[in-house]
Amino acid sequence: MVERAASVEISGKVMYCRGRWTLTHLADLERQVAAIRWPEGQGVICDASGLTALDTGGAVLFQQSLHAAHRQGPKPTVQGLRPDFEALVQLVGAQQGDRGGKGPRRHTRIERLGEAAWHQWECGLRGLAFLGETTVALVRVLSRPRSLRWRSLLRMLHIDGVNALPITGLLTFLVGVVIAYQGAEQLRKFGTNIFIVDLVGISLLREIAPLIVAILIAGRSGSAYAAEIGTMKVTEELDAVRTLGISPMDLLVIPRTLALVIAVPLLTVYADVLGVFGGMLIASGQLNVSFTEFVGRFEEAVAVRHFLIGIGKAPVFAIIIALVGCYQGFQIRGGVGDVGRHTTISVVQGIFLVIVFDAICSILLNWWDL
Amino acid sequence: MASQPASEKHQSVIEVSHVSTRFGQAVVHADVSLSVRQGEVFAIAGGNGCGKSTLLREIVGLLTPSSGTIRLFGQDSRSLEEYDGRPLHRRFGVMFQHGALFSSLTLVDNVAVPLREYTGMSPALIREIVAVKIAMVGLPPESGVKYPSELSGGMRRRAALARAIVMDPELLFLDEPTAGLDPMIAAGFDKLVLSLKGLLGLTVVMVTHDLDSLWRIADRVAVLGNGKVLGVGTMSELSQSNDPVVREYFHGPRGRAASEQAAWNGRDRNV
Repeated sequence: MVERAASVEISGKVMYCRGRWTLTHLADLERQVAAIRWPEGQGVICDASGLTALDTGGAVLFQQSLHAAHRQGPKPTVQGLRPDFEALVQLVGAQQGDRGGKGPRRHTRIERLGEAAWHQWECGLRGLAFLGETTVALVRVLSRPRSLRWRSLLRMLHIDGVNALPITGLLTFLVGVVIAYQGAEQLRKFGTNIFIVDLVGISLLREIAPLIVAILIAGRSGSAYAAEIGTMKVTEELDAVRTLGISPMDLLVIPRTLALVIAVPLLTVYADVLGVFGGMLIASGQLNVSFTEFVGRFEEAVAVRHFLIGIGKAPVFAIIIALVGCYQGFQIRGGVGDVGRHTTISVVQGIFLVIVFDAICSILLNWWDL
Repeated sequence: MASQPASEKHQSVIEVSHVSTRFGQAVVHADVSLSVRQGEVFAIAGGNGCGKSTLLREIVGLLTPSSGTIRLFGQDSRSLEEYDGRPLHRRFGVMFQHGALFSSLTLVDNVAVPLREYTGMSPALIREIVAVKIAMVGLPPESGVKYPSELSGGMRRRAALARAIVMDPELLFLDEPTAGLDPMIAAGFDKLVLSLKGLLGLTVVMVTHDLDSLWRIADRVAVLGNGKVLGVGTMSELSQSNDPVVREYFHGPRGRAASEQAAWNGRDRNV
C-alpha cells in the first residue's frame, strides 16, 4: 500500500490519526473519515501521536471526526496530541461552539412573491417621484435660463449628438438599402416600380428612422448616463455635489435630458436623409427609378405629416431615454456590481418604453386618420 | 530553495535585493534591499508616496520592479505572474487596504473562494472552516450572509483578513490594516493580528502609517524615504536614529504621543 501523506483509520476502538492534516490533504482525509465505520456503543480512543502537522482546516476535520464518533457512543478520549495542536483544536472547538444561529430564515414562496410585488410597486413610485422631481427642476431651470449649465449642455450635445452622427448615419443608410431591396422584389412582380418611393419614404420618415435613432441612443447614451451617475454615487461624488449645495438634478439630469431632446430630433432628420438616400441608390440600381424620378415622386407621395410625426416622436423618445438612464443611475445602491446591473436595466427599459410609446402613437394616429 | 542555507538562524522568508522602480521619469525606489525573517511582524513605514504600497505590490507579484530581484520563500516573485506560480500563491495571503472583497459574493462566499479554488473538499467542510475563520476574526456568524456593501468599514476589514488567512498561509501581507479605523477598533485589530500570528505561526508583513500600531505589534520596522531604506530595526532602535527623515517621522508630535503611549503601556505584548 502506498504511504499516504495523511491518514485516519480505525482498528478496534482506537482511531489512529497520522501525517500532515493540512489543507492540501484535507479532501483526501475527508473521504477517509466518511468511510470509517464507527464502533457502536464503545468509547473510541483517538491516538493523535502520529500527527506531524495540523492547520485550522485540519483541526476542523479532527473535531468533526470526534463528533462523528461521539454520535455512535460515549465521548472519545484523545491521546498523544501535541500541546500546540491541542491549543488549535480547542480554539476551533470554541469558535464552533459560538456558532448558534444559522443565519436568517429562508423566505417562503408567498413571502417572496409579496416582496417582489412590493418591490415593483416601490420602483414604480420612485420612478414617478423622479419624473416629478425632474419636471419641477426643468421648469425652474427653463424659467431662469441663466441657471442652466450651458457648458455641460454643450458638452453633452457634442458627446451624445455630434459623436453619434457616423453610426446613426451608417445604420439608417443600411436600413434604407435593406427596405428597398426587399420592396424591389415584390414591386417588380406587379410592375409598380415607382411605389418604391412611397415604401421607403413613408416607412423611414414616419417609423424606422426615429426608432433606429432612439434604440442607438438608448444603447449609447442611456447606458452611459446610468453608469456615470451610478459610479458617482458609489464613489460618493454625488454626496459631495449635494454638500456643495448643488442639486444633482440641475447638474446632471437637466443638461443630459435637454441635450438629448435637442440632439435626437436632429439626428432623426439626418437619419431620414441618409436612409432615403440608401433607398434611392437601390431604386436606381434594381428598379430603374432614376434619382430625378425618385425625388419627383417623393414630393407628391410622401406627405409632410409623415416627416412631422417622425420628428415629433423623437423628443419624447429622448426624454424617455434620458430619464430612464439617469433614474437607473440614481438607483444604484451597493457596490460596483450594481453599476453593471442597472446599466443593463437602463438600456432594456429605455428601448422597451420607446417601443411602447411608439405603438401607442401608431394606434392613436390611426384613430385620428393621420 | 537550495539558495537558502538551512543553518541560518533566522530563515528569511522574503529577500528584497537592490530593487529599483521607475514609472516613466518618476523614481519610486532607487535601491531597496530588505529581508523579512520567519515568524516576525515586519512593518514598512514612511511618508505618503514613498513607495510602501508599491513595494508591497512588487513583493506579492502584482508589479514587476524595474531592476533587482525579490525572492519569496527563495523563489523569484516574477514567477507569480505565471500559472506555475499557483503553489506559491497558496503560501501567502494578502489583505488589501479597502478589503477588496468581491461585491457580488456574500461574506461567507468571499472567504470560501480560495478553498473552492485550491482544494477538493466537500461544501460542508468548506462551510465549517469558513465559519471558524469568520469567528476567529471576531465577526458575528449572522454577518456571513451579508454582502460587502452591507458591512461597516471595520467589518469589511475583518472579512478581508478572514479571506487572507483562510488557507492558513505562512505569510500574511497587510496593506494599511488600521487606516481609517477608530483607535479602539484599530487596537483591537492589532491584537487580532498578534493572536492570529501566535496561533497560526504567521509571518506578517504590513504597510502602515499608524504609529500606535507600529509600537504595538511590529517586531522590526523599515522606514522608506527618498527611494531608499532609511533605517531598519525595532521601534526603540529607530527612535534613536540620526537620520533626519526618520527622526522627523518618529519625533513629530504624533510620533511622540505614540511613543509615550507605548512607554506608558509598557509594551504589553502578551496577548
